[in-house]
Amino acid sequence: MCCLEGLWLGKPRFCASWPDLTGLPGGGVLMDGKDVTGMSVRQRSVAMVYQQFINYPSLSVYKNIASPLKIAGTAKDEIDRRVQEAARMLHIEHLLDRLPSELSGGQQQRCAIARALVKRVELLLLDEPLVNLDYKLREELREELQQIFERRESIVVYTTTEPTEALMLGGHIIVMHEGRILQHGPTAEVYLNPATTKVAEVFSDPPINFVPAKVENGTVRLGREQVIPQQGRLAGLEPGEYRFGVRSNRLFLGDDGVRTVRFDGPVGLSEINGSETFIHFTYEDVPLVAQEDGVHQRGVGDTVSVYLDPNDFYVFGASGELIVSPARAD
Amino acid sequence: MARIDLNEIAHSYKPNPQGPDDYALKRIHTTWDDGGAYALLGPSGCGKTTMLNIISGLLEPSQGQILYDGKDVSKLPPEKRNIAQVFQFPVLYDTMTVYENLAFPLKNRKVPKDEIHKRVLEIAEILDLSPDLNKKAAGLSADAKQKISLGRGLVRSDVAAILFDEPLTVIDPHLKWQLRRKLKEIHKRFKLTLIYVTHDQVEAMTFADKIVVMYEGELVQIGTPEELFENPEHTFVGYFIGSPGMNLMECTVSGGVARAAGMDIPVSGVGTRRAEEASGKQKVEVGIRPMYLDVREPDAEGLPARIINVEDLGSAKIVTLEFGDTTVKARVPEDKALPAEECKLFFPPEKTKVFIDGRLAK
Amino acid sequence: MQKWADNRAWFLILPVFLVVAFSAIIPLMTVVNYSVQDILGPGMSVFVGSEWYKEVLHNPRLHDALFRQLTFSFCVLAIEIPLGVGVALTLPRKKGVWASTCLVLLALPLLIPWNVVGTIWVMFSRPDIGLAGVTLNEIFHFPYNYTADPLHSWLTVLVMDVWHWTPLIVLLGYAGLQAIPEAYYQAAKIDGASRFAVFRYIQLPKMRGVLLIALLLRFMDSFMIYTEPFVLTGGGPGNSTTFLSQFLTRLAVGQFDVGPAAAFSLIYFLIVLLFCFVFYTTIVNLGKGEAQ
Repeated sequence: MCCLEGLWLGKPRFCASWPDLTGLPGGGVLMDGKDVTGMSVRQRSVAMVYQQFINYPSLSVYKNIASPLKIAGTAKDEIDRRVQEAARMLHIEHLLDRLPSELSGGQQQRCAIARALVKRVELLLLDEPLVNLDYKLREELREELQQIFERRESIVVYTTTEPTEALMLGGHIIVMHEGRILQHGPTAEVYLNPATTKVAEVFSDPPINFVPAKVENGTVRLGREQVIPQQGRLAGLEPGEYRFGVRSNRLFLGDDGVRTVRFDGPVGLSEINGSETFIHFTYEDVPLVAQEDGVHQRGVGDTVSVYLDPNDFYVFGASGELIVSPARAD
Repeated sequence: MARIDLNEIAHSYKPNPQGPDDYALKRIHTTWDDGGAYALLGPSGCGKTTMLNIISGLLEPSQGQILYDGKDVSKLPPEKRNIAQVFQFPVLYDTMTVYENLAFPLKNRKVPKDEIHKRVLEIAEILDLSPDLNKKAAGLSADAKQKISLGRGLVRSDVAAILFDEPLTVIDPHLKWQLRRKLKEIHKRFKLTLIYVTHDQVEAMTFADKIVVMYEGELVQIGTPEELFENPEHTFVGYFIGSPGMNLMECTVSGGVARAAGMDIPVSGVGTRRAEEASGKQKVEVGIRPMYLDVREPDAEGLPARIINVEDLGSAKIVTLEFGDTTVKARVPEDKALPAEECKLFFPPEKTKVFIDGRLAK
Repeated sequence: MQKWADNRAWFLILPVFLVVAFSAIIPLMTVVNYSVQDILGPGMSVFVGSEWYKEVLHNPRLHDALFRQLTFSFCVLAIEIPLGVGVALTLPRKKGVWASTCLVLLALPLLIPWNVVGTIWVMFSRPDIGLAGVTLNEIFHFPYNYTADPLHSWLTVLVMDVWHWTPLIVLLGYAGLQAIPEAYYQAAKIDGASRFAVFRYIQLPKMRGVLLIALLLRFMDSFMIYTEPFVLTGGGPGNSTTFLSQFLTRLAVGQFDVGPAAAFSLIYFLIVLLFCFVFYTTIVNLGKGEAQ
C-alpha cells in the first residue's frame, strides 16, 4: 500500500499513528483482527523508516542492523545470517564495519532500511524515505525498494508526495489531502480514474492541466476562444460548465490529424526533468504544462503550440467530480 | 558584468600535494562568457564548492589564475571582486528590516541615500518583496529570505557575477518552480553572469544555458542541456544526466561492430577507428540512452532480448531487459504496446556512442 | 490531539514531587512559619502577624545594604558582560590548539571554590606582603589598604568577582560565536561590511540567547554574594561590603533574630524572583520585537 499526499499536512501523522508514536484521533487500528490501538510500539510487529537518516551514531552498520534482533533476543548465528542477508539486499555488505557518520546519505538510508527489514515485521512503514537523497540515488533506491517489497510478505505502507514513486511501487494507494482520505484503490486504477479534481492534482507530476469548458448547442467552448464539436467521448455531456483536465504527457507538440484541440501561448519556463522537458506556458491566462520527450531548451517568452485528442480529456463537473475519463490505448 | 577566465586552475587542500589524488581540483582551464547562466553540476565531493570558493575569492587556488574581464583577481578578497553570493540556507541580518537588508551592501559602499532608496525600491519590485519592505527579515518564509539574499546582490550596480550555492535546498518543493522562474527572469533582464552550483540535474538543466559537469575534481564537459543529453563526452555525463542514465556496456570494437554482452552492436561515426585501435588496450564502452533504445516485436530487425520488468511511471514506461549477459533499460512512451517477453532491441547507430577510458571516442 | 489516558503515569512523577517537597517546599514553609512568630524561648512563641515584615522593611541598615547590593550587581554586569564578550571576540575563531589552550587558561578561575578565591585575593591584596598591595603602595605610591578604606575594600570585592566570573561570560559568548555559520561572515565580506557592522548585525544578534542566560546567571549570583566579602573583611570596614546576604547572616546567626531574619529571607527571595522575571521578560520581548 502506498499513501500519496499533496500537502505535508496530515500524512506524517497518519503514518505515525500506525506504530502509535502519536495517539489516534479516534477509531482504532486492527492488526490481524487484534486491536492494537493501546499497545506500545515495542509490542507491535512494526518497523519504520524515516525521512531523516536515523541510525545509532556510535554503533557500526552491522550492529545497527542487528539491534532490533538483539532486543528480540535472537540467537547469535541467526542474527549474523539475517544481517548479512539484509545487507546484501541493500548492497551495503562491504560497509558493515563502518560507522554511520562515515557513510554517504544514500548509504545511511540503506542502513536504516536494512534495520527495518531485518526484523521481518508484519507491518513496515516508510515515511518519505527518499526525500532527502540526491536525484541519482533516489532513482536507484526507488527501483531497488520496489523489488525488495515485491519479495516480502509484510504489509508495506509507504508515504510520499511523488506520484512517480507511488506508481512505481504499484499496489494500492490512499490519496490524502489535509488530513482526509480522498480516494483509495489499486494505484493504476486511481491514477487513470481520479475521482475528483483534487485527486488528479495530487496524483500528477507535473501538475495536471485544467481548462474551463462550456458545453452548449452541440459544441464545447474551451477557455474563451476555442470551440470544438461535441463528439466522441464528450458526446454524452449535458449542456453546462465543466472543468476539462489533461495530464501533460497527453499534450503533444505535433498534430497527427486526431489531435484537433490546439493550445498555444508564451513559454514561462522549460523545466528539464531527467529525460523529459516540461514546458510551462500560458493559454488565455490558464497556466498549462506540456511534456516533451528528450531535452530541449526554450527561451522564456517563445510561443509554443501543443495539440491533443479531445478524447484524452478528463471531464470534471463544476463541483470537481469525475464525469468522463479517457480510454487507454492498451 | 564580466567574462570569467579560469587559467590553469588547480587546487589542493594539502600544503605539499604529491600525486593527482591530493588535488581537490585538477587543472581546469576554461572561459565563461559575460552574461551567461552557468550551472556547476556534479555529485557531492566532486570539487564544485571548491571551484565556487575560488571564483568568489574565499579560497586562493594553489595554482593558476582567475581573470575577470582579463584582469587578474586571483589574490583579491571577495569584497574587491564585485561578486554576490546566495548560500544554501538564507543568510540575513536578522535584526534589520527587509529594506535595511537590501540597502546594507550599498550603505557599506557609501552610496548616496536617495540613490540607495531608488535601487532598493526597484529591486524589491522585481523580486515581489515590496509589501514586506518594512517587516523584519527574520519573520519571513524561506523563499522570501532567499529572495532577499539574492536582492542584496542585485542592488549593487557594479556586481560582476552572482554565485548560487544550492540555493533551493531549503525551499518547499512547490515553490521551487516559482523561484527558478524568477531567476530566469532576472537573468534575462539584467544580463548578469550567473553561476549556480547544484547536484540536482533538474535544477541545473532548467536554470542554465550552459552546464559545467564536474566529476572527481575534473571538468568533464561544458555544454547546453541538449548537448549533454544528446552527446555526452564522458560516461559520467551519460550516467548522471537523464533518467534513467545511459546504458553502458564494456565492449571491443572491430569492423564497425561493438561486441558487448555477447552481442554485436553496429556502431558508426568518426570515433569507431580510434575505438578499434584502443580495443583490448584501454577500457572501451558502448553506450546508448534508454530513450533511443527501440523495443520491437520478436520478428522485427534487431538483437534478441527479453523483457524482465516494466515500470509504469505514468508519463512513460521504463523497461528492464535481459540483453546477452547483462541488463539494459529502455524508456518507451506510455501508450506504446510492448511485446510479451521475447523481443528485439534496435540500437540506432547515430545514437550509439563509443567511449574510450570514459571519454567519447572521436 | 486526543491521547488514550493512562492514569498510572502519575506515579512516574511522584519521586520528583517528593524530592521537590523535601528540598524546597517544606524548608520554605518553615521559614514562613518563623517569619510570623516571635520565638521567646523553647516552646514559647507568639504569633505576631506581619510585625517582622514591617520592622525589616523599615530598617535603614537594610536599605543601605540593598542599595550597596544593587550598585554592586550593576557594576558586576556592566563590567563582566562587555569584557567577556570582548575577550570572546578576540579568541581564535577556528578550532585548534590555540583556541583550546586559551579556553583552558580562561576556565581556570571557574574551577576555584569561592572561599579559596577569597583567600587568594586576601593574600594578593595585602598591603604588607601581597603582590598587588605592595605594587600599588610601593611602586605607584597609592595608599591602598582594603582593611581600612571602605572604597578600596568594595573595589577589591568587585575585582575579585570580575576575575572569578568573567571567564564564564567568555565561554558562553564563545559558544554563541561558534554557532554562527561561516556563510554569515562570507556574506558580510561580500556585502563589504565593516568589522563593527559584522559585530553589530551578525555576532551580537546571534549571541543574544547565550548573553541573556549569562546576564541572568551573573545577576542572581552577584546578588547573593557572600563568601568573598566574608573572607576578605567580614563585611567591613564599617558596613562597606555588607551586602544583603551578609546582612541576613548577621541577623539570623549573629544576633539570632530568627523572626526578622525569616521575614527578610522571604523578602530577599521575592526580590531575586522579581528581578529575574523583569530581566527575563524584557529581554525576551526585546527579542520578539526584533523578530517580527
